[in-house]
Amino acid sequence: MCGIVGLFLKNDSMRPRLGEMLTDMLITMTDRGPDSAGIAIYGEGDQLKITVQSDSPQTGFAGLDADLAAALDGPVTMRVIDTHAVLTLPDGTEAQARAFLLDRGLRVMGTGHSMEIFKEVGLPRDVARRFGLRAMSGSHGIGHTRMATESAVTTLGAHPFSTGTDQCLVHNGSLSNHNRMRRVLADKGFAPLTANDTEVAACYLSSRLAEGADLGQALEGTLQDLDGFFTFVVGTRTGFGVVRDPIACKPATMAETDDYVAFGSEYRALADLPGIEAARVWEPEPATVYFWER
Amino acid sequence: MQTIDLATTPLRELNTALQAQAAQTNQTEWQILNPKGAHAIAVGLDAPIEVTVRGHTGYYCGGMNKQATIRVAGSAGPGVAENMMSGTVVIEGDASQYAGATGNGGLLVIKGNASSRCGISMKGIDIVVHGNIGHMSAFMAQSGNLVVLGDAGDALGDSLYEARLFVRGTVKSLGSDCVEKEMRPEHLDLLRDLLDRAGADARPEEFRRYGSARKLYHFNVDHAAAY
Repeated sequence: MCGIVGLFLKNDSMRPRLGEMLTDMLITMTDRGPDSAGIAIYGEGDQLKITVQSDSPQTGFAGLDADLAAALDGPVTMRVIDTHAVLTLPDGTEAQARAFLLDRGLRVMGTGHSMEIFKEVGLPRDVARRFGLRAMSGSHGIGHTRMATESAVTTLGAHPFSTGTDQCLVHNGSLSNHNRMRRVLADKGFAPLTANDTEVAACYLSSRLAEGADLGQALEGTLQDLDGFFTFVVGTRTGFGVVRDPIACKPATMAETDDYVAFGSEYRALADLPGIEAARVWEPEPATVYFWER
Repeated sequence: MQTIDLATTPLRELNTALQAQAAQTNQTEWQILNPKGAHAIAVGLDAPIEVTVRGHTGYYCGGMNKQATIRVAGSAGPGVAENMMSGTVVIEGDASQYAGATGNGGLLVIKGNASSRCGISMKGIDIVVHGNIGHMSAFMAQSGNLVVLGDAGDALGDSLYEARLFVRGTVKSLGSDCVEKEMRPEHLDLLRDLLDRAGADARPEEFRRYGSARKLYHFNVDHAAAY
C-alpha cells in the first residue's frame, strides 16, 4: 500500500497555495504510507537546478556551492533545506555537475528548470515540516507516502523518482518484470541507479520521452511494456499524467474543476480542496491514459 | 432525526451509536454529515433504521449490514456493502471496486456506475446497477442476482457458480464458464421485482441472462485449459 496525491493548477492565482494544499493532501494519506514521504514541486524559474540530499548536511553541503562553481567554471547558488540542497547550475552542465556531486557522496534527487524534489524517511507530517512544503508555490506538484514492499526504507527508495530533467513519477503497486526492464533500459542508456522497481518505471518513461514520445504516448507504453500492479502519476515541466494497469487493484480518485485537476489514492485526500463539492469526481478507468498539458 | 457530524464526532463513536440501536428503537432516522471519504462508515448495523450519508464515503461503507437501510448521497469507495447480510444499501453516485463483495443477502442499488469486481464472490445478495460495471464482475459468484442496466466489462461471471446475471447493455467479454442462458418467465418475474425495488426504469424483456455452464464444478482433464 502507498498513497499518492497530485495537483495540477489551471488557475494561476492559486499557485501561492499549491504547497499548502498538497501538504494537507499528503498528510491525509499517512496511513497508506507512514515510512517515507516525498514531493516534486514545479515552481518558477528558468535556471537549471539540481536537488541533492546528504545524511549529514552540515558537512556534506559545506562549501559545496563554491567547489561546484569551480568545477563547472560558472556561477552556482545553493539553497539548503534540511537534508536537501537545491543548486542552480549554468545550462549544459548537468552531466558534469551530477558526476561531481555523486563523487562527493551526495544523493541526487532530481534535476529540472522548474522541478524540485524533496523526500525523506519519516512520517509525512514530519517530512513536510522539515522541508517547509506548506510554504512552497508552483503550478503543479506530486506527492507520495510510502509503505515499502520492493526495496529498503531509505531516502533513495522514497518517491518521487526523477530520471530525466523536470520529469518525476510516483507509484502505488509493484512491478514484476523490472529486472528484465532494467537490462533493456541500461542498453538504452537509462540504467536505474537503485534496486527499486518504481525507478525502472521512471527510467522507462524518460527513455520514451527521450525517443520523442509525448507524455500520453509514453504512458500508453507502460501498458504494453510494464507488468505488475501500478497506479502511476507523473509530472513533466508542463504536464501531469495518470495511468493504471488493466487489473486496477490500486485505488485512484480524481477531481476536476475550472481551477485544478487533482489526484488522490482515496477521496479523503481531496475532501478539503476548495470547490470540491462542485468538482467532477471520478475513478480513472483501468488501462486508460489521462494527461493534461499547459 | 438524529444528525451526526463527522467533522466533530469520531467515526468510532458514530458506529458505536448506530450499532447500539435495538430492533424496537425510536431513533429510526439518522443522517451523517461530512463523511469526507472516511472508511467503514455505518458498518455492522443490525436494526431496521434508515441512515443517510451526505457526501462521498471511503472503503467499506455499510459493510456487514443487517436490516438497516443505508443511503449514500454521493459516491462510495471500495468494498461498499461488503458481506451484507440483509437490508438495503443505496448509492446515489458511483461505486468503486468490489461493491457488494461476498454479500449474503439484502439489496445493493448503485444509481451510477460500479467499477471492477462488482459482486465478486456474492453469496445471495441482490445487486442492481443503473449504470455500467467494470471488469471481472461476479467473479466466482455463488448465488443471488446481479442486474446491470448499462454495459459490463471484461470477463463477466468468470468461474461462476449459481448467481444469475442480467445485463441490458453490451458485455465486453464473458469469463470462463459463463454463458448466455434462456430468459424464462420466472426470470422475467424475478427481474421485474428487482427493478421495481431498485427504482430502475427498465423493462425485464430488454435484458439478457447469463449463468454458469457448470463445466468447472468438477475437475475434468478435457477442460484443463479453462481453469
